Amino acid sequence: MSAFYALLFTVAFLVLVIGLAKKIYQYSRVPAPLKIPVTPAPLTKGGVAVRLAKEAILFAALFRSNKWTWLFGWMFHMSLFVVLTIHLRYFIKDVPEWLVLLQPIGKYAAFTMIIGLLGLLVRRMFVARVKYISSPSDYLWLLLLLVIGLTGVTMRFISHTDIISVKEFSLGILSFNWQTLPMDVPLLVHLFLVAILMILLPFSKLLHIPGLFFAPSRNQVDNPREKRHIAPWAAELEAEKNKMQPK
Amino acid sequence: MADFETPKFREYPVVPELKPDAMAGDGPFVSRAEYDEDLGYPGEMPENWKEKTLDKMQDLLGRYRSFQVFMDSCIKCGACTDKCHYFIGTNDPKNMPVARQDLMRKVYRRYFTFAGKFFPKLVGAVDLTEDVLKEWFNYYHQCSECRRCSVFCPMGIDTAEVTMAAREILAHVGYGQKYSNQIIQKVYKIGNNLGLPGPALEGILEDLEEEVEEDTGVPVKYNMDKEGVEALLMTPSADFFAEPHIDGLIGYGKVLHELGITWTVSSKASEAANFGLFIGSYDNIQRVSMRIREAAIDLKVKRIIFGECGHAWRVAYSFLNTLAGPFDFLDQNYPVPQHILEVTYGAIQEGKLRLNKEENDHLTMTFHDSCNVARASRMGDKPGGQFDIPRAVIKAACNNYVDMDSDTIKDATFCCGGGGGLLTDDLMELRVKGALPRMEALKKVTDEDGVTNVAAICAICKSQFTKTLPYYGFEMDAIMSVHQLVSEAIVMTGSEQEKELDGVEEEAKDTEE
Repeated sequence: MSAFYALLFTVAFLVLVIGLAKKIYQYSRVPAPLKIPVTPAPLTKGGVAVRLAKEAILFAALFRSNKWTWLFGWMFHMSLFVVLTIHLRYFIKDVPEWLVLLQPIGKYAAFTMIIGLLGLLVRRMFVARVKYISSPSDYLWLLLLLVIGLTGVTMRFISHTDIISVKEFSLGILSFNWQTLPMDVPLLVHLFLVAILMILLPFSKLLHIPGLFFAPSRNQVDNPREKRHIAPWAAELEAEKNKMQPK
Repeated sequence: MADFETPKFREYPVVPELKPDAMAGDGPFVSRAEYDEDLGYPGEMPENWKEKTLDKMQDLLGRYRSFQVFMDSCIKCGACTDKCHYFIGTNDPKNMPVARQDLMRKVYRRYFTFAGKFFPKLVGAVDLTEDVLKEWFNYYHQCSECRRCSVFCPMGIDTAEVTMAAREILAHVGYGQKYSNQIIQKVYKIGNNLGLPGPALEGILEDLEEEVEEDTGVPVKYNMDKEGVEALLMTPSADFFAEPHIDGLIGYGKVLHELGITWTVSSKASEAANFGLFIGSYDNIQRVSMRIREAAIDLKVKRIIFGECGHAWRVAYSFLNTLAGPFDFLDQNYPVPQHILEVTYGAIQEGKLRLNKEENDHLTMTFHDSCNVARASRMGDKPGGQFDIPRAVIKAACNNYVDMDSDTIKDATFCCGGGGGLLTDDLMELRVKGALPRMEALKKVTDEDGVTNVAAICAICKSQFTKTLPYYGFEMDAIMSVHQLVSEAIVMTGSEQEKELDGVEEEAKDTEE
């Protein structure tokens, strides 16, 4: 069983990294032939960085759009970020002090994460407009994340697992020196679902993570009059046009 | 005439209930081979339409990062679902931006993603059938490409990009829209959307010169094809004959005359509009844009100035340099291209225009931000200039100005309901219903602040308002051009208006003594 999990995580990690890299490569390779930032847009690259940061960190557009969705969505994402960060201790041999200090705050982030997910799920089930646009996979993602969160909380507060062994196991995967994993049900469920999530991420709507940064509507500088913007395939069409020059 | 009901004003702007299939149907008139072939489309549906559809889809996924990324990155959060004016006006859930995108996305998933190929039901993927294509045609012609949803999307997904891709795909299997394609063909054949031939245009401009001279005593020129003048004026052809558009054109002429900027329109490129944008065709946007370059070269001008037209300004501001540039043969001291409002605003700032606001005292104005100007372009050198400059010009020409509700203006502006290639009589129901949110905002300032008129800087908005205002109980001439207000207020040097004003002052002095 431990070997299965070790293998599963090795595969999951590879799928995640390669899948995501392929997708990011694809996004970067497809040209954006025209300037289409949604205006008012920043006039400089620095401004674009600020615009994207506001979207990635504060969910600025969503805040403007719908306060409830923003509240639950932002709560979930920020909590997930904290939770992921405190999990770093399973991958770093000598845990740095800041990470130790973060642990007590971090353990409550699991609750805000679950509340956020529940809010999003309720909204998806009961707001007619959102229900209309939802596919089974949209519900399953929320359920998957909820179960991951709940099993995590279970291990932290109810049925403790041997985290020292878990750490040996995770460090073991990194160094290809597989170790035994404690055979606790919540842990096995937790880890299995995390692996599933890692494997499916590059093939799902979780591609919104890189997608956010590749949206030309948000990542372009507003300078079309000053700077000529031309895509490679558009350059081919250029040749013909360049015959037309003022006499 | 209408076989539909005009929506009622909502007491509170609550999100409407869903009425599935409220706007199901065949969509607008389908284009014909005679129009299509000039635009590079097949004209009728080929036997292997399915293969061709998927091929074109794949082609566009490889050409437009926006399309590829937007197909993947939607999280179905629902933020956009109550933002579209067509959804608010029709209640049809397929007019929710995400649902509109999903018509394409579910096919994308089926043929281009792992999940959709193997687990279609799980991710809502469907096979491409003739019914799907019909649904595309219907609902992708219920989007005015106004980008309002993109402002609110946490991923920045711009439904306009998806709509444009859909229309481009449809046109490639002989399923284009008659209105847009016929118009683009007219531009190629005659030079403008309305099919006004050169001599007719010349006649109109001569009449304008007479009329303006009669009113003001100043010989303002409205030239056509005059070589060697300073500026080429690109303006929507509606400015040559429709109300209130033509009053705007009169205004541009007066402003340019007063500033000593000689200018001309071109009979070859007598149209600022570029419907290539609406059908999402890079080739056609470029071909239409190239006429402007050619006209500027032929007429040996130093500047290109655009009149009041929303999507034309988007194409001009955002794409012209890319599509028809570089414009190194023009005077680089001026932006290329420049908006007439930038010219007027600059002149007002420098004190070069004398405006008698009292001429407009019988009006209380509000301003309708046109979507393509608001969310897809800029004026001046600061972000948001596209909001501030038109307002500054209106306020310089009028004493009474009130803005509509803040969530219905600037980058949250509601489309007039007729943009994006939908300004056609066969879509009248959609146009009237889609106008609802704008009409509600207008109604509010009319009732509460005594607003009498609304100004716009887009030919489509002006035409759409003229048609739809009466459905909502307003006068059709409540819509005005911004330069119409300038035209009323301007006091040109040596004009009757100047004599009258200064004369009155002298008389006043006389009585004081």
